[in-house]
Amino acid sequence: MRYLPLTPEDRAEMLTIIGAPSIDALFADVPPEAHLGGPVDLPPHQGELEVERALGRLAARNRPAGAGPFFCGAGAYRHHVPASVDHIIQRSEFLTSYTPYQPEIAQGTLQALFEFQTQVAALTGLPVANASLYDGSTACAEAVMMAARVTKRSKAVLSGGLHPHYAEAAWTLAHTAGVATQRLPAAIDAEAAVLDAIDADTACVVVQTPNVFGTVTDVSLIAEAAHAAGALVVVVTTEAVSYGLLKSPGEMGADIAVAEGQSIGNPLTFGGPYVGLFACREALTRQMPGRLCGETVDAEGKRGFVLTLSTREQHIRREKATSNICTNSGLCALAFTVHMTLLGEAGLTQLAKLSHARARLLREALAAVPGAEVLTSRFFNEFAVRLPKPAATVVNALAADGIIAGVPVSRLDPAAGMDDLLIVCATETTSHADIAEFAEALTEELAQ
Amino acid sequence: MRFTKDHEWVDAIGDVATMGITAYAAEQLGDVVFVELPDVGKEVKAGDAFAVVESVKAASDVYAPVSGQVVEVNGALPDSPETVNAVPEAGGWFAKVKLANPAELDALMDRAAYEQFLSTL
Amino acid sequence: MTMLAVGRPTQPEIEAGAAPDVEGHGLVQDELLIFELGGWAKTGVDLPEPERDASDLAGLTREAPIGLPGLSEPETLRHYVRLSQKNHAIDLAMYPLGSCTMKHNPRLNEKMARLPGFADLHPLQPVSTVQGALALMDELAHWLKTLSGMPAVALSPKAGAHGELCGLLTIRAALEARGDARRTVLVPVSAHGTNPATAAIAGYQVVEIAQTDDGRVDIADLAAKLGPGVAAVMVTNPNTCGLFEREVLEISRLTHAAGAFFYCDGANFNAIVGRVRPGDLGVDAMHINLHKTFSTPHGGGGPGAGPVVLSAALAPFAPAPWVVSDGAGFHLVERNEGEAAAAFGRMCAFHGQMGMYVRALTYMMSHGSDGLRQVAEDAVLNANYVKARLSGELTPAFPDGPCMHEALFDDAWLEGTGVTTLDVAKALIDEGFHPMTMYFPLVVHGAMLIEPTETEPKREIDRFCDAVLRLAAAAKAGDVARFKGAPYKAPLRRLDETAAARKPRLRWTPG
Repeated sequence: MRYLPLTPEDRAEMLTIIGAPSIDALFADVPPEAHLGGPVDLPPHQGELEVERALGRLAARNRPAGAGPFFCGAGAYRHHVPASVDHIIQRSEFLTSYTPYQPEIAQGTLQALFEFQTQVAALTGLPVANASLYDGSTACAEAVMMAARVTKRSKAVLSGGLHPHYAEAAWTLAHTAGVATQRLPAAIDAEAAVLDAIDADTACVVVQTPNVFGTVTDVSLIAEAAHAAGALVVVVTTEAVSYGLLKSPGEMGADIAVAEGQSIGNPLTFGGPYVGLFACREALTRQMPGRLCGETVDAEGKRGFVLTLSTREQHIRREKATSNICTNSGLCALAFTVHMTLLGEAGLTQLAKLSHARARLLREALAAVPGAEVLTSRFFNEFAVRLPKPAATVVNALAADGIIAGVPVSRLDPAAGMDDLLIVCATETTSHADIAEFAEALTEELAQ
Repeated sequence: MRFTKDHEWVDAIGDVATMGITAYAAEQLGDVVFVELPDVGKEVKAGDAFAVVESVKAASDVYAPVSGQVVEVNGALPDSPETVNAVPEAGGWFAKVKLANPAELDALMDRAAYEQFLSTL
Repeated sequence: MTMLAVGRPTQPEIEAGAAPDVEGHGLVQDELLIFELGGWAKTGVDLPEPERDASDLAGLTREAPIGLPGLSEPETLRHYVRLSQKNHAIDLAMYPLGSCTMKHNPRLNEKMARLPGFADLHPLQPVSTVQGALALMDELAHWLKTLSGMPAVALSPKAGAHGELCGLLTIRAALEARGDARRTVLVPVSAHGTNPATAAIAGYQVVEIAQTDDGRVDIADLAAKLGPGVAAVMVTNPNTCGLFEREVLEISRLTHAAGAFFYCDGANFNAIVGRVRPGDLGVDAMHINLHKTFSTPHGGGGPGAGPVVLSAALAPFAPAPWVVSDGAGFHLVERNEGEAAAAFGRMCAFHGQMGMYVRALTYMMSHGSDGLRQVAEDAVLNANYVKARLSGELTPAFPDGPCMHEALFDDAWLEGTGVTTLDVAKALIDEGFHPMTMYFPLVVHGAMLIEPTETEPKREIDRFCDAVLRLAAAAKAGDVARFKGAPYKAPLRRLDETAAARKPRLRWTPG
């Protein structure tokens, strides 16, 4: 057993020093009837080669996104991650360290978190960002809870453009605390309806841009209306690369911005682990969930970083904490920061423009397919297409031909009555040939 | 000045009482880094938490020694929480209330009694 | 003779002695923030020119600069490698943080998680194209259910605290389904902070249960506080004092007799995995930290994964998604309808922490049923060995009987020395070790909680114990300066956390 260093001689010697007759004696507090006499009914240990083969067989039963034309987005995005990002996050000192509770020997993690917070603040256009949450959806749910605490109101208005999984996760967390979530009907251009839903009980409006159908919205008007009613504005973004091209949430009046940070630095990995970005106005700092890293000095006056404002957190405030979060998404945040550092403003802007350009090419190609109708007019890198038959049927048919055509709305929200809608996405990884192949296959499929 | 067993002090002049935490409490808490104060106008009841005082590793509720309506809070504390450590029973006051029931003061300890109480801890 | 080589000294020329005042730390370099490296116009990526412009987004695009620096690839690598050298890590030396289970992270796990068949999969690809991923989730679920002796598992929670929430919401849904609104959750005083925080977020009032002098749940107090208003009892077992709850079957019996559910915090499952099944102890729900027991890396604070195993009574209320299989293959139940109609909701977008599932299953298959049992035995053996070696000089919080996977000491042994638990922790840094968990659990004064884990060799544990004993001797001999000024040999000396909290500076700003 290659991960267990003790030899039988070690064990015998240690038992002697402990003064215990056997290992079993160390488990004396376990009730006798709960002792398992031998190993549970699972296979015995295996060598590295055998395990690698077994996992390899499972992996081979999947079709990786890179194996052919691929157009899925809707909350998770395929971008190229530079090789050096993965190298850095696999360094022992980052990979195998814990939450930086002893700052003198965790400055590597802490300084990287401080850089992460500064990057997220800049991207969202808000002054304070935390050291990450689990993912975009849980960050969104935390934002709703925070808005309810701040405003002491008990209703959140969720835009019909909010990713359905986000809406469900927010409802799950909020309704147990007595905070109602008013989820507006799904709509491609959903944001105007939000205005009508704001009332004196509204703690916050939750608006996604680009929304789940790809629509880019300037939320300034919604922000004005919400603020006039004493409500907060939560702006959700699932495609963080869009920050490189679009107005920031802060610029449009957001009080809280949350995002899925996966797009930058992190592979798709079937949905997780990802990294939740969370930023807000300065006045709300002490109501934030999650860890915060702050600058200070050491005993010799040298600059250093520590976890700070911890009295908000569960290990101190216990049942009065702002959130129960403990472990967050540190290593994914590091991947985000390293990739963001490689990109810089110039690279991020270029990446965003390139993704957008490829989506425009995709739009042109699909708009020319007989029977397909592009519905989203202002999009960043994904948009909705109406098909003359159920989108799921088309996706399955094209998958058989090696093309992953996108996400049917029915997969996310069967109740929306949008079975004919397909959400397609392009990034810098989408080639001209991919687009041509997709358009051709779709033309053929719709002709049948 | 009167004191509670939870280490708050109250000092009434006329029907307005100033409240804060005692030197003993400030010492026990360590470096105060933040004080959450009530809103002016809030009605507080004797024994209810009306403020929170935080050090780096702890957050403690501060209980109102007397009942009344908050008429003023110490606006210097948000920027200078260290005042609570420096002069807890003077410049480090938390809030002033308009007394609802001045008789509540009689139930509290005077300094001698409070010091006697501290010696038993 | 040829004189091509110029002679140079190959032995030190001066005697070792006090170094002159030299700037810098040799291999460990001072490193500025990325915002201070002059990279405002730089980038470390090469991208083609966009084929279309953004004129279609007129009025929606950003006008002001973002304010992000960039660096070339060599500069980026150098920056983060320099930062990395300021971190302690499990690969460097023992990292005995009690309750955190800092065990070795096998690199095979990392390699498997990076196979394109796992890493390059979109969560919403057609199910026909992800059969291997669903099979892996099904297999992981099988291992977790078998090891816990429980019939169901909700995989999606993203960390331990998220799993606690999932467990309590499942319990809440089960109670609501039988029309039984209960308001209270009982939590021992020694519990991890996430327990009361989670109970509060799940909408419950928290009532604390007292602890006995031998560090266990006070059964009489539990019995007195149980009643028709109690929804659940949350107990960590082995508990945060590193002790097995001897009366766990009685806790379970009393809890169920009161109509409540038994939630077990599985943070310390490492101590009993393969030897004891929580299902045999009457547990209704327990989260399992894959980043503790099953070796997925902590990564400087996550990501984790917190699947929750559930009893038959709770299983129908588990949140979607989950995997089912029929003759045709694997399917995902993604909606709260049909067979999932009773599900309480959704914990997060998509299907949970797939990357962590791959790592954990890789680890489980490597160890197998026999190896996992050995894991628990060696973890407990190592902790008891630490306790035995240190008990002469330190004061164990609960001296009688064995501990489980971690050894807990109080600070009574420091009385009169002027040295505190914090000082000992900082002095351990100078000895080359990560300190133990300090001041937790709260029920023990000046607590020092040491968890070596099963992956520490005896030689390293001896090195650690020798260092602690040296420090104990120094403290008792009055060498206070060694402690108060510590650490001396870390990249930084002690940091001013008060200043950080009084005037928070949470991001870099120019000037």
